[in-house]
Amino acid sequence: MNLRRDVFQAIADPTRRAILTLVATQAMTAGAIAANFDTARPTVSKHLQILTECELLTQEQSGREIYYHLNPNKMKEIADFIEPFRKMWDARFNKLEAIMKNYKTKK
Amino acid sequence: MEPKTKVNAENGRQDLTITREFDLPVELLFKAYAEPEIIEQWMSNPYSTTKLMKFEGKDHGSYRMETTGPQGNVAFRANGVIHRFTENKKIIRTFEMEGTPYGVQLEVYEFEPLGEDSSRLNMHVIYESGTQRDEVLKLPFAQGINMAHNRIEEILGKK
Repeated sequence: MNLRRDVFQAIADPTRRAILTLVATQAMTAGAIAANFDTARPTVSKHLQILTECELLTQEQSGREIYYHLNPNKMKEIADFIEPFRKMWDARFNKLEAIMKNYKTKK
Repeated sequence: MEPKTKVNAENGRQDLTITREFDLPVELLFKAYAEPEIIEQWMSNPYSTTKLMKFEGKDHGSYRMETTGPQGNVAFRANGVIHRFTENKKIIRTFEMEGTPYGVQLEVYEFEPLGEDSSRLNMHVIYESGTQRDEVLKLPFAQGINMAHNRIEEILGKK
């Protein structure tokens, strides 16, 4: 649960969401990512660290450079987290519908 | 097949929408929100029972509910004020789970007729913050609501 919570805290930040959008199409180095933001380089590094800890980004060493990749599996997990909530409501509404259909025929 | 109940919760926002189309005239859909005995029925399932301790379905009304688990233990109580209660059209209310850190939420329900025997419910829920919204969204995980349980309930409901 803790890890999951961290993921949602991670994507609550607009800069971190922007970073995820950037690396969605291509793997990038920290420098290349930082060049897209006005914020100080250490701030961007901190964001990258949080995203990596949450497994939203994966690091790959290529020579002297570290490239950041998007982890699509983790992103899918985020997309899926609404599903239990949706299913809970769907079950309630199914029941509501069944009760009221019955109510209608009884009248 | 497109799911009947849709939830739209965009990243970084503090609100969400839930929409659902029903094979029911709008009057019957609204009645399911206006009659305490009916609310209790559809809010309850084999693993939890919801009772309305108070329900005033009117402008400036209020409500309080209690949900108990299978052993009769009180799982939680919730309450809120009913800001507006317009028959077959709209309900505006607050919802707060007592003694929890989830805060208060503002709920706007719109009941929309689609045809003689069909209608749509549009729910707009606004939370105190985006973080709080995401915590509430994750509640079904935390409570370990078993999908199999829901399925059994659906099957029982359709017999």
